[in-house]
Amino acid sequence: MDVQVTEGGPLLSLRGIVKRFGDFVANDHIDLDIHEGEAHALIGENGAGKSTLVKIIYGLLQPTEGTIAIAGEQVRLSGPEDARTRGIGMVFQHFSLFDNLTVAENIALVLPRDQNLNGLRGRIAEVAERYRMPLEPDREVWSLSAGERQRIEIARCLLQNPRLVILDEPTSVLTPQESYRLFETLDRLKSEGRSLLYISHKLDEVKRLCERATILRLGKKVGYCDPRKESARSLAALMVGTQISDIHAPTARAAGPQRLVVDDLSIEAEEIHGVDLEHISLAVRAGEVFGIAGVAGNGQSELFAVLSGERIGTRAEAIRIDGAETGGDDITRRRLLGAAFVPEERNGHAAAPDFSLTENVVLSRHATAGVAQHGLVSFDRAKALAQSIISVFDVRKAGPDPAARTLSGGNLQKFVVGREILSEPKILVVNQPTWGVDAAACAAIRQALVDLAARGAAVLLISQDLDELFEICDRIAVIHDGRLSEALDARGATREEIGLLMTGTGHQTAAAHAH
Amino acid sequence: MRIDLEARPSRSLALDIGAPIVALIAAILLGGLVVWLMGKSPTRAFSVYFIEPLLEGWSLQELAVKACPLVLIAIGLSFCFRANLWNIGAEGQFVIGGLVGGWLAIATHDGAYQSVIGGWWILPAMLVLGTLAGALYAMIPALLRVWLGVSEILTSLMLVYVAELILDYLSRGPLRDPKGFNFPQSVTFDDVAHLPYLAEGDRLHAGVILAVLAVLIAAFIFSRTLFGFEVRLVGDAPRAARFAGFSDRWLTIAVFAISGGLAGLAGICEVAGQIGQLQPTISPGYGFTAIIVAFLGRLSPFGILIAGLVLALTYIGGESAQVALKLPNDMTRAFQGLLLMCVLIADAATRYRIRFRLGALA
Repeated sequence: MDVQVTEGGPLLSLRGIVKRFGDFVANDHIDLDIHEGEAHALIGENGAGKSTLVKIIYGLLQPTEGTIAIAGEQVRLSGPEDARTRGIGMVFQHFSLFDNLTVAENIALVLPRDQNLNGLRGRIAEVAERYRMPLEPDREVWSLSAGERQRIEIARCLLQNPRLVILDEPTSVLTPQESYRLFETLDRLKSEGRSLLYISHKLDEVKRLCERATILRLGKKVGYCDPRKESARSLAALMVGTQISDIHAPTARAAGPQRLVVDDLSIEAEEIHGVDLEHISLAVRAGEVFGIAGVAGNGQSELFAVLSGERIGTRAEAIRIDGAETGGDDITRRRLLGAAFVPEERNGHAAAPDFSLTENVVLSRHATAGVAQHGLVSFDRAKALAQSIISVFDVRKAGPDPAARTLSGGNLQKFVVGREILSEPKILVVNQPTWGVDAAACAAIRQALVDLAARGAAVLLISQDLDELFEICDRIAVIHDGRLSEALDARGATREEIGLLMTGTGHQTAAAHAH
Repeated sequence: MRIDLEARPSRSLALDIGAPIVALIAAILLGGLVVWLMGKSPTRAFSVYFIEPLLEGWSLQELAVKACPLVLIAIGLSFCFRANLWNIGAEGQFVIGGLVGGWLAIATHDGAYQSVIGGWWILPAMLVLGTLAGALYAMIPALLRVWLGVSEILTSLMLVYVAELILDYLSRGPLRDPKGFNFPQSVTFDDVAHLPYLAEGDRLHAGVILAVLAVLIAAFIFSRTLFGFEVRLVGDAPRAARFAGFSDRWLTIAVFAISGGLAGLAGICEVAGQIGQLQPTISPGYGFTAIIVAFLGRLSPFGILIAGLVLALTYIGGESAQVALKLPNDMTRAFQGLLLMCVLIADAATRYRIRFRLGALA
């Protein structure tokens, strides 16, 4: 697997790339050069136009204007197939794998049809060996961790011997340890003379891996630099355009009485490949932000469904809200007890995309805000509430009462979080509140959670973002394979400790500790 | 080449109202083409179908009478369809409603059970029985779906034929008029079992008022009540509906009860207002045509009222076209099918932009 080397000019060269979707300009005259053997970072907030640009490079989208040249030759990519034959490979953020097929079968699916599966096994083993990423060709995908699944995507990409590998937010689903191994593989690729285009908003990773960085903001290129020579703070300022305010967490919060108690909760998964929850116990006190860390798919969504009452089926005493046994109650009853919930998915779960903001207030507040009485809905009252959420949480929108889906991710999330916080809940359970949210909205949401706790609420924060957890939590526990670790004091804990628990290796010691 | 459907970023009101009108015009043009291919004059056919029925008093009454069951059923169906549940069996629920309500009229025929308290209660009881029977018949697909996950589309459709055969059997057998010279029909209902007429000409019966009431009540439910909100939410974003605390099982049962009940009510209104006795066939396919009415009316109550009148026009026009132009009655059904196709295409075009792409597949 030798890489052809073209002398001189850049491997990939974009000039004046413009991409419009209707009136919206996703990419506005972007230039980008990637040289042979270079690791180039593309950084920017969500919505800055990174994904659009990458899809253009990979042939998934056609640019409205501008030119693409590969190894000096101007090209028009008709699709990903075309991009792949020209030496461009891509590892997607969201895996496109079939759960019920084996590793080898999943890889065979994207290769030319004349491959035979036995020969392919050998080649997979060879790639796995060479890049030190263990892969078992005959394992079925559903039994693999996120890190292992990513390795399939990478192997799939490398088997086509690409000269440029595009990686879209590759560490977003990995533990710190898994990320470390990924970087080893990427270093190896670089040393072979392959180029990398690394998309991320995690600045420390970019500083670790890349020697060039292009920064996008609102569809425009706003910076080009050597990230190793910049500070994370200066990069962030370029990315966001303004200085980000720090979260003001009160230093020592008085721990009040236990408000949310989960006591030995076990429940089987509803879906095939879902995660069974086993013996989960935790207690969140008034005034406290309690964090649950963990890699995606370890039981977070199952735990949220059971805590919120979207799924009922535990013992009544397994979940207690201010002492009331509520395991058998539905979500409305739990809301009436003073609990509020923010699910992970904004569009379609926390909010109905085609409904107006006013109607979306009715969605979760019909029982608790006097919006619906005797089966009749007062849309005037809901509208007033929507307006106060919009002004308190600075929700930017087009039109007086637009459909939820027309809001940007950050603004809709502020609306959804604000909708629950303005009910002054005694207990708030939030799942991934800042996923895919711009930095300013992210800071506003975290501040709102901290303030709510300071007013005496118990906040349970489920998150995969360790920075977020360390920033605002008082205690952190880790969920792995449906089991919850002992809670650690957030001020005393280190990333390594949490990281070990996230891979499940720390559980024995934690369990031994408990007994 | 590849055809892509891209979701439009926003839906405009003009498109929402314009789409069904464009669909109607397109269906009329296509229908005209078929008529022309059959060697008849399309303009003459248009006049017979869509203009002449509107010019005379008796045919306007007839229009309201034909629209009555269509609107009643379609209002019920709009609850199901908005919740993304597909009750295709309104025809069966219509038949069962007519049959069970009509049974009471036959059982109390000739003053039976009326000696003590009189006959005032019979008509209301028939309406209630018809409604309940339709609702209960709709419970079969609803409960099968909720308990066993059986597709309600298939079960509700199959049960149409079961209902039709039950009616066929009973009206030829046990419920047949013993003095009816072996004609397959029941006794004619007493006056106390007959819906009163609202105008001279003995066509326009009081069922029409019920249809208008159903429109008003449905409009109120959808715009003002939590239940209406729930129906819309379950259809639009089922996970969000669960987050809102609404149970999709309970809702499935509720909307099937409503649509079955209204179809049953339409059935007994047809029997007690129009036909006046039970016979092997009591519907020219109202339950199926109402599906077109519901979609042409964009599942909104007032839209359904207008769409019901339009479709009723095709029934009346079709009957006159048989006489005036010697066009087969099946032409009416074919036209209704064309109209549904056009409505669905127009509906897709309002929500998506259609793009043709040249080049290789991804």
